[in-house]
Amino acid sequence: MPTLMKKDILDMTSLSVEEISLILDTAERMKEISERPVKKVPTLRGKTVVLFFYEPSTRTRTSFDIAAKRLSADSISLSGSASSVVKGETLLDTARNLEAMKPDIIVLRHSSSGAPYILAKSLRASVINAGDGMHAHPTQSLLDLLTVREHKGTLEGLRVAIIGDIMHSRVARSNCVGFTKMGASVTVCAPPTLIPKGMASSYGVSVTHHMPEAVANADVIMMLRIQKERQTGFFFPTEREYSRLYGLNRDVLEYAKSDVLVMHPGPINRGLEISPDVADGPHSIILDQVTSGVAVRMAILYLVTGGA
Amino acid sequence: MQILIKGARVIDPGRMDALMDIRVDGGVIADIQPAGVMSPSNMEGRVYEASGCIAAPGLMDMHVHFREPGQEYKETIASGCSAAAAGGFTAVCTMPNTHPVNDNAPVTRFILSRAAEACGVRVYPVGAISKSLEGKSLSEFAELKSAGAVAVTDDGMPVRSSLMMRRAMEYANGLGLLVISHCEDMELASGGCMNEGETATRLGLSGIPNAAETVMALRDIALSELTGARLHIAHVSTAESVRAIREAKRRGIPVTAETAPHYFTLTEEAVGAYDTHAKMNPPLRTHKDVEAVREGLADGAIDVIATDHAPHSSVEKAVEFNLAANGVIGLETSLALGLKLVDSGVLSMTGLIEKMSTNPARILGLTSSLAVGAPADITLFSPEKVWTVDARQFKSISRNTPFDGWTLKGKALLTMVGGNVVFNAMT
Repeated sequence: MPTLMKKDILDMTSLSVEEISLILDTAERMKEISERPVKKVPTLRGKTVVLFFYEPSTRTRTSFDIAAKRLSADSISLSGSASSVVKGETLLDTARNLEAMKPDIIVLRHSSSGAPYILAKSLRASVINAGDGMHAHPTQSLLDLLTVREHKGTLEGLRVAIIGDIMHSRVARSNCVGFTKMGASVTVCAPPTLIPKGMASSYGVSVTHHMPEAVANADVIMMLRIQKERQTGFFFPTEREYSRLYGLNRDVLEYAKSDVLVMHPGPINRGLEISPDVADGPHSIILDQVTSGVAVRMAILYLVTGGA
Repeated sequence: MQILIKGARVIDPGRMDALMDIRVDGGVIADIQPAGVMSPSNMEGRVYEASGCIAAPGLMDMHVHFREPGQEYKETIASGCSAAAAGGFTAVCTMPNTHPVNDNAPVTRFILSRAAEACGVRVYPVGAISKSLEGKSLSEFAELKSAGAVAVTDDGMPVRSSLMMRRAMEYANGLGLLVISHCEDMELASGGCMNEGETATRLGLSGIPNAAETVMALRDIALSELTGARLHIAHVSTAESVRAIREAKRRGIPVTAETAPHYFTLTEEAVGAYDTHAKMNPPLRTHKDVEAVREGLADGAIDVIATDHAPHSSVEKAVEFNLAANGVIGLETSLALGLKLVDSGVLSMTGLIEKMSTNPARILGLTSSLAVGAPADITLFSPEKVWTVDARQFKSISRNTPFDGWTLKGKALLTMVGGNVVFNAMT
């Protein structure tokens, strides 16, 4: 069986198609563990996983925490406010101090793009990027790939529409890389103010500002959370107008394929970027994504510690 | 004591380009004769065999940040002057964003007194346009000038109010003070930390568009046209600014401009995987901009090469990219990077010396010449010496250069200010 020859999981760009497939295959096998009455295997007994979250997160941190515990690793959570950050210690110093306590894996969530690279370069421990600034969120992309693959049987040839705040979204960036790498075609859709320069050329995706066009014949529609603060940066005039142009409701869904999957990385703004009936409707696989998240993170923890 | 520099190619732009011997006596250039005419045997003093070298009027860097007073752990006036001397510079202009800001005569006098205790490189302080660089009220320009300031600028914290900038230009012009503008619309730059474009999009970093520089360059050119006051545009980085400056000059507006070695050498791709040594403001741009800056140097749209030498320690640089301080040091690599322009045919050797010596001096109303009787400010350099940049060897206290490890060609060998040798690497 192939192994993952990587110390760190920093972004989707540095993962090969084979490595992504390995992670997804491993995650599929991990799912069964979470269905057992005793949801625990001894695989990572004696391993220490530090969940280092500089930015608030409920879903991702819980998911990593559960993944670590189901594999019998010891997991410790540090949050931005509880750690040395407030005392003015640099990221690198904090990380070196953590390293001195000999953890095996550091899972980092940070508001600065590129922060995990600083750690990966200077630490012996494996670094897993749990979201850095606007840059990357590889475990989210992997869980999205897994969820879609489970429902569609393949990723090859699928049409994926990613709609919302592309500019500020690490989920969008990682999924543009992940889905195109696995043979799907991606269209991103947002008002021009929320599409960063050079999006099409740097990611090999199509760009549109017209939602029906993005959704047309889509196999997958992925909605992104829109932050209300974006109004103050003049990205769009009002939530009302944003919702009318870029919100997913049953009318827009008509343009997609009849078996379209609706996804959202959460947390969702009900009634803003997605209508409640679509979020809870038959096409929605939003909660499957959360389930896949635990499996994917179990697979990654297992693989980076040399599992095979 | 007399000094004889023998057999160098002496380039004094507009006056001389020949193999000559230079005799220095009493701090001034005493004599220049064709090589071999003067006899060292009847002279008491030091003789430098300089064949294969170029002797130029002392290089001047009109845009440096020495961190004294306030942040001496990054650079002092003494360490900055030593770095300048090692880079072949005989004079520098220090920007006012020290702590406290150089917005008053006592700070200017303090800088000059520190400079007097340093290795001898001439230091020309630049005062602040506004008090504390806050853009609210004007500094006392006449006081600054009488204390020794040669220009005013709010470098790094550009004046937002067009009215204030107009008044500053008019008022400074009346005193014969040059206004230097760091052209940046801070609103449009919107907290960005690198060039806006494909690389920023890939790295998930917020971008600074070219237009953030261009709109301010155009505003300040318009104000120069309105007031007739001289304007010097600092660290030009975009193709659009180069075009605007070229056009302004064609129309006779009294504008001059500088660029820095990193803007004609590197593109945004130098940011690589979040390398904070490639983070500066304005940011590194695209290949198209680099080409335009080189064209601007070639056709005279850009008058000056200045380093924007901005020392920072690892405290400011070994951190998350968006949190890292802007700026790179440049004094000890500038000449060699400039010589690449000569090698690639962008500038003649004389052209390079104009950009690095005579043009900045002229813009600031200073002299830079190898005429007999002039102060002996001389830079002697080898255009051929190949060396590898090792930031740990720098005279500067800081190490933040994107060129560490580069192999470069050309190096200062002897730097002389008023007849005093302030740097000597002659073997």
